[in-house]
This record gives sequence, C-alpha cells and structure tokens, in this order.
Amino acid sequence: MADSAAAAVEAGVGQRTGNVFRLPAEAGMLRFLTCGSVDDGKSTLIGRLLFETRALFEDQLAALEHDSRKYGTVGEHIDFALLMDGLEAEREQGITIDVSYRFFATDRRRFIVADTPGHQQYTRNMATGASTADLAVLLVDARKGVVNQTRRHSFIVSLLGIRHVVLVVNKMDLIAFDAERFREIQETYENFATGLGFESLLAIPTSARYGDNVTSASERTPWYEGPTLLAYLETVRIETEPVGQPFRMPVQWVNRPHLDFRGYAGTVASGRVRPDDAIRVLPAGKAAVVSRIVTLDGELAEARAGDAVTLVLAEEMDVSRGDVLAAAGDAAPVSDQFAAHLVWMSETPLIAGRSYLIKAGTKTVGGSITAIKYRINVDTHEHLAAKELHLNDVGVVNLSLASPIAFEPYAKNRNLGSFIVIDRLTNETAAAGTIDFALRRGTNLTWQHLDIDRSARAALNGQKPAILWFTGLSGAGKSTIANLVERKLFAMGRHTYVLDGDNVRHGLNRDLGFTEADRVENIRRVAEVAKLFADAGLIVIASFISPYRADRAMARSGLEEGVFLEVFVDTPIEECQRRDPKGLYAKVAAGKISNFTGVDAPYEAPENPEIRLSTTANSADALADEVLADLRRRGIVG
Amino acid sequence: MPDERAASWPESQGQDLQSGADGRARRRAALSPHLKRLQDESIFIFREVVAELRNPVLLYSIGKDSSVLLHLAMRAFYPARPPFPVLHIDTTWKFREMIAFRDETARRLGLELVVHTNEDGIRRGVNPFDHGSSYYTQVMKTEALKQALAKGGYDAAFGGARRDEERSRAKERIFSFRSAAQEWDPKKQRPELWSLYNGRIRDGESIRVFPLSNWTELDVWQYVLAEDIPVVPLYFAAPQPIVERDGQLIVVHDERMRLKPGERPEMRMVRFRSLGCYPLTGAIESRADSLPAIIAEMLGFQTSERMGRLIDRDEASSMERKKREGYF
Ligand SMILES: Nc1nc2c(ncn2[C@@H]2O[C@H](COP(=O)(O)OP(=O)(O)OP(=O)(O)O)[C@@H](O)[C@H]2O)c(=O)[nH]1
Ligand SMILES: [Mg+2]
Repeated sequence: MADSAAAAVEAGVGQRTGNVFRLPAEAGMLRFLTCGSVDDGKSTLIGRLLFETRALFEDQLAALEHDSRKYGTVGEHIDFALLMDGLEAEREQGITIDVSYRFFATDRRRFIVADTPGHQQYTRNMATGASTADLAVLLVDARKGVVNQTRRHSFIVSLLGIRHVVLVVNKMDLIAFDAERFREIQETYENFATGLGFESLLAIPTSARYGDNVTSASERTPWYEGPTLLAYLETVRIETEPVGQPFRMPVQWVNRPHLDFRGYAGTVASGRVRPDDAIRVLPAGKAAVVSRIVTLDGELAEARAGDAVTLVLAEEMDVSRGDVLAAAGDAAPVSDQFAAHLVWMSETPLIAGRSYLIKAGTKTVGGSITAIKYRINVDTHEHLAAKELHLNDVGVVNLSLASPIAFEPYAKNRNLGSFIVIDRLTNETAAAGTIDFALRRGTNLTWQHLDIDRSARAALNGQKPAILWFTGLSGAGKSTIANLVERKLFAMGRHTYVLDGDNVRHGLNRDLGFTEADRVENIRRVAEVAKLFADAGLIVIASFISPYRADRAMARSGLEEGVFLEVFVDTPIEECQRRDPKGLYAKVAAGKISNFTGVDAPYEAPENPEIRLSTTANSADALADEVLADLRRRGIVG
Repeated sequence: MPDERAASWPESQGQDLQSGADGRARRRAALSPHLKRLQDESIFIFREVVAELRNPVLLYSIGKDSSVLLHLAMRAFYPARPPFPVLHIDTTWKFREMIAFRDETARRLGLELVVHTNEDGIRRGVNPFDHGSSYYTQVMKTEALKQALAKGGYDAAFGGARRDEERSRAKERIFSFRSAAQEWDPKKQRPELWSLYNGRIRDGESIRVFPLSNWTELDVWQYVLAEDIPVVPLYFAAPQPIVERDGQLIVVHDERMRLKPGERPEMRMVRFRSLGCYPLTGAIESRADSLPAIIAEMLGFQTSERMGRLIDRDEASSMERKKREGYF
C-alpha cells in the first residue's frame, strides 16, 4: 500500500477508512438513483461518496487500487467508478451496463443508491433503478451541458413518479469552475423540467473526480452557497407513504394449511385495516368482513401500508390470487380498458393488437395494446404518430385486458397503478407501464351469459367444435389441403366453415394492408371470427400464412384445451418457389414485391404443432386423410 | 467504545441487552422501521415465488443469512409451514457444529430437509488441500448444486446472498433468471420494475431468488438479535485450535486438516463472521460472545465479510465467473 498516502492526498481526505457500519439517528432510509448521459461521472460520483463517507473496507480499497492500475481511466489515480462497475465487461469497456445497488450510512441517515447506466442502449436498466427510488441525482457533464440522454432520463424519472431531483453539474474542474457556465446549464435544465412535475430541484456544481462539493464544500466554487451533495441527501425531506388513502391489499397467496384455516396473504398497498372492517373483494365486488389479522407474532389490532400480513375473513368465500381487498366504503375502481404510459424495453417492437401478458399487482392476465395513441419525443415532449414502439420509446397507449382488474391511477398509488408487459413466447419483460385512467368502468361488465352454450350446440351437432389453423409459407399447400379436409368432412355430414386468407381480405379485412401492424390485426380479426364460429359449434378451417408465433399464440389464447389445433404445412421454401402457384415468388425475384414471408420477411415455424404435414413426401389427398385420422383420434369427429 | 455505542442506540432493538451466553435475547422488542421494511419486502418476495413458480426450494447454507432466510419464510407462510423443501449442499468439509445445527433446525421448524453431496467428487477424492479452493468449490459446491437442482426438478431456488457482499452481487436482480444450463448472463438481465417480479420461465429454465438482496451484514445481525433467531454457536467467540495461513486464522477442526511443516495449532479466542468449509474459512480473533457484543464489535470492523473466504480471492472477478457458471 505504498501509494495509499498519495491516493489519500488525491482524494482530499486524510483518513481512508473509518467505521463502515453506522447506526444513523434517523430511522428511515433514502433510496435514490444516479442517472444522466454516458460518461458524465455517475459511477465516479458514487464511488467518491462511498469513499468519503468511509463506507469502504480496507480490502475493498486495496482491490480498488489494484483494479485502478489494471483498468483505470484516470492514469495513476484511483478510478472510483471501478467500485461500482462490478461486471468484467463493464471494467473492460469503462462503462456501466447494469444497475448496481450500494448501501451506506452516515450518522444521520441510511441510503440505498442505484447507480444506473447512461448508455442509451441500457435505458431499461436505468428504469429498473428508478422504479424503486424516491430521489434522482441527475448528472450533466459541464462541458457538454444538457443532452438528449439527460432529457430522456429526466422524462423517465418523472414518468415513474420521482418528485425530487438533484442536478449535479459535474466535471467542473474541466471548465475551471466557471460560475457562468454552471448557471447557464442550470437555467437550460430548469426550463426543460417545467412540466415534469418535480417538487424540488437543486443544482450543485461538482467534480466527482476531485471531490468538490461531494461531501465537503469546495474552495474552488466560492460563488456557490448551497449544500454539498451529501449534506443535501442527508436532510432532504421525502414523503414516501401517501397518507389518508383508503385500504387496499392485493391478495398474493391463499394460505390454506388445513380445513379450519383460510387466510389471504398479502402486503397492504395503502391505508390501514382492522378486524371487523367491512371490505370488498375486487373485481367481483363481493362484500366481506375482516375477522383477524394473523402473523407469526400473534394477531394484530391493525395493519398498515407496507405490512406483510395474512387476513382472515368472517365468512368463507371465493377469493384468489390477484383479487384486491379494499375498504367497503371506498373501494378501488375496476376496469379492463385503460389509457397508460409505456416505456418499451424489448428489442422486438410493440405492435398494436398482439397479445401479451400483463402483470399488475399480483394479477397476471392476457391483454393487448389496442392502440398506440402517440409516441413521445423525449427532447421536445412532442406527440408523434406511431404504429410501433421500439426499444426505449415512451408512448401513450390504450390497453385492453382479458378480464377486469381493480386499480388506481399511478399518480395516486404506485402499487395499484403500475404494470409490466410480458412477452408470451420469450417471457421477457417487454415494457413498464403506468395507468393514467380507465377508458370505461367495468363494474357492471360481465360476459353476456347465454343459456345455450358451446357444449349444448356440440351435442346437437354430433361433433366437437374445433379450429384447424393451417399455417405455412405462401404456396406451401395450405388452401389445397384445407379444401380437401372440408370436402371430406362435408361428405361425412359434418358442419364446417373455411376461413381463407385471400377471401377474408376481400371483405372483413378490406381496410388492412401488409404492414406488420396490419398483419397482426388481420390475424386478430380472423381469430375472433374463428372463435365465434367454433362457439357456434362448427369445425373451423382457417388457412393463413400467419408467420409469427406470437400471433398464433394469440389465436389460441382463451380457448379450451383441445379446441385449437395448429396444422403446420411444412414445405421447404425452395419447393414453394418451384411451385409458385400464384406467380408471387417470381415477382419477388424480379423485385416487384418486398417484405415477402420466407424471402425477406421472417417465418417462425411452429415449435409444437398439433399436426405436422410434410408435403414433399405425400400427396395432398393423403395428407387430408392424415388430418381426418387425427380428428378421429381426438374425438372431434366420430 | 463499542459499549458506549451500544448503550446509546437510537433504535429499539438496542434496548434489549439482557442476553444469555447463548446470545438469545429474552424479550422481543418491536422492530425498527428500517428492519420492519426489509422484513416485509422479503416476505413479499417469498410469497410471489410460491404463488408463481411450480417447485421452489430454499438453499440452506446453515449460516446467519440462511437462518434469517428461514425465519422470514416461517413468517411469510404462517400458520402454514413454508411450502417448499430446504436443500443443503454438503461438501463433507463443514464444521460438525454446522451439521448438528442444520439437523436440529430442520427438526425444530418441521422442515423437509434434502441433503446432497457430489458423490462423483467424493469418489475422485476431491478435497480442498490437494485440488485448490477453486477446483474444489467448482466440483463440490457448484456442480453439486446443479446436480441437486436438476434432480429435484426445482424451478426456483431461494438464496441468502446480499448485494452488499460483493460488487458483482450488487448487480444482480432479486429474481435472477437462469438458462436451462443454469447459467447467469449478467449482460442480459430482465428489467425488474417496482416489485412486479417476472417469474415466467420455460421448461428447464429457473429463477434464483434473493430475498435478502437489500439487507446489509449489520441489518442481518440486528434482525437476528431483534427476532431472537438461533444461529450456529461458531459465530460466538470461543477458544479454538488455530493455525495461521496466508494471514487467515484456520481452525484445526478434525484429523483431516493437513498441517504444513512448522505449523503448530495454538488455542485462541476466535469466532466466525461468515461460515463455510472449515479449511477455507478464516476466523477472527474476538471476545464477542453475545449478539449485542457481536454488533458492537461490527461497528469497528475495517475489513469486509468476504475477507474470511479464501475462495473469493483466487482471481479477479472470481465471484462473477463462479456465479455465471451456477454458483449461488
Ligand atoms: N475531470 C473529471 N473527470 C471525471 C469527473 N467525473 C468523472 N470523470 C471521468 O469521466 C469518465 C467516466 O466516468 P464514469 O463515472 O464511469 O461515468 P458514468 O456516468 O458512470 O458512465 P456510464 O455509467 O457508463 O454512463 C471517467 O474516466 C472518470 O474518471 C470529474 O468530475 N472530472
Ligand atoms: Mg457508470
């Protein structure tokens, strides 16, 4: 540790370590994040903060010195960013890729800081860090001023409901601590930030590298009279729990250890609850009374927001995960249609009409974005027309769910107003969303119950309804086989109906073109029609290229097991091109058509189709017989 | 100095210092708002996993973090028992006190305990002396764990890791996705927003879940004290036969310990900050024989908890590499 003295001098503090563990005077803690554009000095700032608050152990400091020699970006000196950039790839590239969570305490307060990446590609990781923070430390490089990414991060910070921002104008050492420049940046930012709803906004001039105004006031900024960053973080007042809100608790898990106990486990999202309180079980709206609040320590007289408890109701009733228990006199609204903000986080763009899973509170339901109302230009706050949302886009959309949920607008309650969008196939978290308001109240909305249902009609028809969904490349032989199958079923006296791609486009879907969004809508409408016909008791034969797995999954969703049969007409592209029954491949080759499935647009072959037909080995007639044999095996026809 | 500190604790858990020699407090005080919040957030995580995944398991390493983990699980599902088994990877090099404590804990809490050892490693005689800590850990811990998870068909595994332990852990999600090969890809973590954890996986994939992500070492001990949670006696100072190696105090725990020429075990008052395989775990010199004394002593610590773990010092970025391969 020969250079430790030099390091300490450079760091501007005499003592390198002190007590890492502290017991602060204040009981609570502050959760904040650092954000801003790439290389503005976020990780360096937090590393410096940890160092100066003596939150580092000796061995961690020794490792830091070692790493600084190996990977450092600041020559001989300690590179404090390396404390935060804990992944190999980050150290090698000198940038932050994913959010890092660090914990420290001073004698006044405890902190959890999320150091997030500035690189635009990793915006979703910044959003991850912001979603649990109460305050944002937004950095700007004094030489560059407010840039695009500063504005994008500000926008996300505001969208996620953070109301307190510290604007850190960093690298002041590189502009000779110029007061004019600092004020200029401060002003530019304040102008931009009006309308973002920040309750407090403080600007601090710093040098993270040399420690100016981080924990001790800098002599090089005599013109700055405000607090240091640490002094401010230690004292800023943050109201974390909204007071006076009515009781809500999403049910997480039904606790049923034996026949004599049935409790509903969950964390109180807002308000408070006591035994004998009248509540409603949402979305159904059934009335109930709380009889006991059970915990390992015994029964409680009261539970409040944030408490993880188990509630027992006075009467046995049907309550399951995803239901929300709410104060009877002031129950949460219920709906299945919302206006919402989305931050898109997947490489695969959002397409209106495609089916996703939506997780809101403890409930996961199918749903789709029915319309993208607009995309937001994060620089100008301008609303732009959009058919798709791409990675890191922010937009306002209409969201439609397969079943209604209890909710609150995000501005009123973060727990009941937030949701994530999950891709049905890859399971990735594709977006973060916040509910603005309901598009219609769903309180009285139930599916019209009909006395004559599908099974009654099926019994009368002597067949089980089904949807045979033929998918495959253009020219694979879908329509040919589908027609043969229908002819054979008809000959057996079965009730069938064929939905064919070309025919549907002449009527029902006349208004749709061939953009990706229109293709999705085309399939969605056809799938809905197929479901209605199946409900009417028919065997529906649909033949559509339907190149995307997600769209076929959507067509399948909501149907009982065994109703939807995916029939993959498996013909290699070379064979389709050779057959070319409609002359389309020739046109593609001549450059007259583009965006053609299998050639320059993807075809995602089914992974587990119920039926796979190989057209190179068999005749169309033999394949149609194969389908019929399969239908018999499944008991769809006798 | 530590005692003055303890006497002036602003938080309620400091008021109850009437502990016996076993370190168990006699009266339970209300939790501080900070610990209460950590506790309730962890309980939420436990419940989400049980509600969303098919077949979870709790990885029980017998240490203090595991003790807290189990206690939180008992709280989360009360009056039911935690609806998952508890898995211990036995390298056969644990302290006897740890194994006894493990069996006693499973009995006391009525848990289903699954113990797994990499039999192939045993047959090949893999041990920490001949094979080096890195290879030994790979075979007897990482490989063993993967075998056990595959054998049990578990799709979620709770672990007691905390983000304050090490800087690659500081990067990990609470719900941490593992591929079908049980590998972690730190560059492709799922975004994790609010407390909306995404537990959806395909066959063969799994989730490692870390309910203690936001706890610090100090939080853990304060919680152990406040909640009167039993921990392995090795955490409390006692005389042990010690040899000093690479600056570490190693307990000569049984006849399998190989002494180097010139090494002579010497009785010293020590305790452990972190527990693992005895030849690889350094003790610290201490007189702290109760929970309040441990906490008071911690306030003066100058080195990190993982200093006592030889396995972390093999190479730079060793933790990240081990984690990518499937280590907890
Ligand atoms: N001169 C000077 N250099 C600084 C200052 N703060 C940071 N740097 C340097 O700027 C470079 C980038 O710093 P980081 O802390 O990695 O930046 P970051 O904002 O965390 O970057 P990302 O996380 O990748 O977005 C490093 O070489 C730092 O040493 C400062 O105040 N003055
Ligand atoms: Mg960084």
